[in-house]
Amino acid sequence: MKDLIKTLVETYGPSGNEEQIRGLIEETISDHVEEIQVDTMGNLIAHKEGTGDGKRVMIAAHMDEIGLVVTHIDDDGFARFGRVGGVSPITLVGNRVLFADSTTGVIGCEKWLRSSKLPEWEELFIDVGATSQKDCPIDVGNIAGFVRSFVDMGKRMVAKSMDDRVGCAVVIQTLLNMEDSPNDVYFVFTVQEELGTRGATAATFGIEPDVAVAVDVTSVGDTPEAHPMAVSLGDGPAIKVMDSGMLTHPGVKRWMIEAAEDADIPYQLEVLERGSTDARAMQLSRIGVAAGCLSIPCRYVHTPSEMVDYGDVQGSVDLLSAMLGGEIDLS
Amino acid sequence: MLLEALSNARGVSGNEDQVRDIILQEIRGYIDTYRVDALGNLLCVKKPRHASEKWPHKVMIAAHMDEIGLIVTGINENGTLRFDKVGGIDDRILLSKQVLVGEKEVPGVIGYRPIHLIAKDERDKAIEADKLSIDIGASDEESAKELVTVGDYVSFRTAFGALDEESRTVKGKAFDDRAGCAVLIELLKETYDLEIHAAFTTQEEVGLRGARVASYSINPDAAFVLEGTICDDLPKKKDTSPVTELGKGPAITFMDRSFVADRRLVELLVTTAKQMDIPYQFKRAVAGGTDAGAIHLAREGVPSVTVSVPSRYIHAPVSLLSLSDFDHTVQLLRAALYNLEGGLP
Repeated sequence: MKDLIKTLVETYGPSGNEEQIRGLIEETISDHVEEIQVDTMGNLIAHKEGTGDGKRVMIAAHMDEIGLVVTHIDDDGFARFGRVGGVSPITLVGNRVLFADSTTGVIGCEKWLRSSKLPEWEELFIDVGATSQKDCPIDVGNIAGFVRSFVDMGKRMVAKSMDDRVGCAVVIQTLLNMEDSPNDVYFVFTVQEELGTRGATAATFGIEPDVAVAVDVTSVGDTPEAHPMAVSLGDGPAIKVMDSGMLTHPGVKRWMIEAAEDADIPYQLEVLERGSTDARAMQLSRIGVAAGCLSIPCRYVHTPSEMVDYGDVQGSVDLLSAMLGGEIDLS
Repeated sequence: MLLEALSNARGVSGNEDQVRDIILQEIRGYIDTYRVDALGNLLCVKKPRHASEKWPHKVMIAAHMDEIGLIVTGINENGTLRFDKVGGIDDRILLSKQVLVGEKEVPGVIGYRPIHLIAKDERDKAIEADKLSIDIGASDEESAKELVTVGDYVSFRTAFGALDEESRTVKGKAFDDRAGCAVLIELLKETYDLEIHAAFTTQEEVGLRGARVASYSINPDAAFVLEGTICDDLPKKKDTSPVTELGKGPAITFMDRSFVADRRLVELLVTTAKQMDIPYQFKRAVAGGTDAGAIHLAREGVPSVTVSVPSRYIHAPVSLLSLSDFDHTVQLLRAALYNLEGGLP
C-alpha cells in the first residue's frame, strides 16, 4: 500500500485542477467497480452495487490539495500569487511548486534574509527561472501545487498532500479488497474540499445517500507544546465525534465504534476544534444525511511534510472494510 | 441612459423592488416569460430560435439588483437615527455622507462633531459606524417617528453623471452591480440558439442569497455571472498586482473566494475576445465573491464563470466606470453566447 500512497501524494492536483490525480485514481479502480463517472464539478464517482437490501452509502475522500494561484507576472518574469486553500506563509519561502504543465518554480521573498519576521503575502513571489514576462512559461490564473517527495520512515511516512491522498489510498484499498456487501456503496473522490467542501456539496446532491462517511486526515496533539488534543499518531484510526463544521450522527458513531470493537481494531475518538471535512457538506445535503468521518491522524497538516503512521493507515482500511461489510444499523 | 436610471434607483439588499420595476419595463418586449420568486429574484426566460440537442443549452445569466447600504435600527431621543450596515462597508466611508431614508426618501446626513471639537488624538482614528448616526433634521424622537420607522432602508444619495466625455468615465453609486444588470438587459435584446434564463437576483451583498434559490429552480447547464468588480489601478508604492485596470476591457474571473471558474467557459471568453479583437483582462486577485459562488454549487453543480465591468471605489457612495469597458463587456458576452451555440468540449 506504500507504493499506492507514494504515487498518490506525488501526483499534481491542487483544488480546481484535479484532472491528473483523477486520471490516476480512475485507472487504479475502474476494473473493480460496476460503474464509474465524473460529474459536473469533476468528482470521480465509483459505484459498487450491493447484494442485498442494505443502505445506500457514500464514502468520500478528497483528491485536491492546497496550492497557489498566479495573479500577476511582472516585467522581469516574477509571478505574484494568491492562495488556494489554507496555505500559511510560514511554509513558503524557499519551497518549490509545480504547475500542471510540469513547470517548476521556487518561492522567493522581497528583502529575503534581512528580516526575521514572517513574510507578508505581498512580499512573496514565484520564480520559474524566466528572464522576462515574455519568456515566462506560466500565465495569470495558472495554479501550482507543492513539490516534495514521499519518504518511507518505516513506521511513519511523510509527504506533501497526505491531506487527503492518504484518505484516497484508504478508500481505494478498501474498494480493491471489498468482497460482496449488502450495501450499495458509492466511493467518491471529491474536488475542491480545501476551498470549502464544494465538490462534496454537489456530489451528495446527485447520489442522495442514506449514510455518508468522509475519510480525511485530522490534527494531533502529540508533538512538543502542541495544542492539547486527544489524538496521537500510532494509536489507530480516529472516529470523529465533532469538528467545527459538524457533529457526527450518533448512529454513525455507534456503527463505527462497534465495527472497530467487533474486529479488534484499535481506535481513538476525535474532537477537532478547528477545521472540517466533506462530512460537513454531506450531512446538510437535501433533507439531511446521517454523516460521520473516519480520520487518519496526521502531523504538520497543510505543510509540505505531513506525517502519518502506517499502522493507523492499515487500521483505517480495516475499519472502513469492517464498516461496509455487514448490515448497517443506525438506530 | 439605462445605466443612469439603474444607478440612481434605490435597492439596498432585501428592498430591490424599484430596481426590478425599471428592469422589467425595459426587458418586457425582449423576453418570453418571467416571474418573481419568493426571494424577489426576477427570473426571465428567452426561448431559443431553434431547438437544439447541443450542451449546454439552458444557460443562466445572473446579475444582482441589490446594493450595499444601511438600515435604521433605532431612533434616538434627539431625533437622530441609529443604523446598521447592510453588506460590506468600510466604516471610514460613512462620515459626512448624504443619504435617503425609507420609502418616503427622507433626506439625511451622517454627521459628526466638527474638527474644532475633536481632540487631537481622536483625529487620527477612524470613527466606528456604531458611534455615528443619521440626522434627518428632526427635533426629537416623536417628530422623527412621523418620517421614518425602524427597519427603513437607507441608501446613499448620489447622482449619476459624466466625469470626462473623452474617456467616457462616469460616476454613480451601485455600479456593483447595476452595471451587470445593464449588461444583461443589453444581452436580452438579441436572440440566441440557447435557452437564456436571465436572473436579476436579490441579496447578493448579504451572502449570495437570491442566486442560491434562483439557480436551484432554474437548474441550468451553465452560468455566466455579470458584475461590477474591484478596480485598484491608482498609483501605489509598487504595483505588484492591480486587481483590474479601468479602460482595459471586461475582467474575467479565474478564481475568487467563492468559486473556481469553469476552465472551458474562461477559454470560451478568451478565445472570443481574441477572435473579435475585444480588449479583456483577468481579475488578478483571489478576492471577493459573486453569485457564481452559490450558482456553481446548485444541485449537482453548474459550470460557471464571472465577467465584470471594472469599477473604481466599489462598496462606497460613489464609484467610477468606463463606458467603453461597459460596451466591450456587452460585445464580449454577446459574441461568447453565439460561440456557445456550438457547444462546449
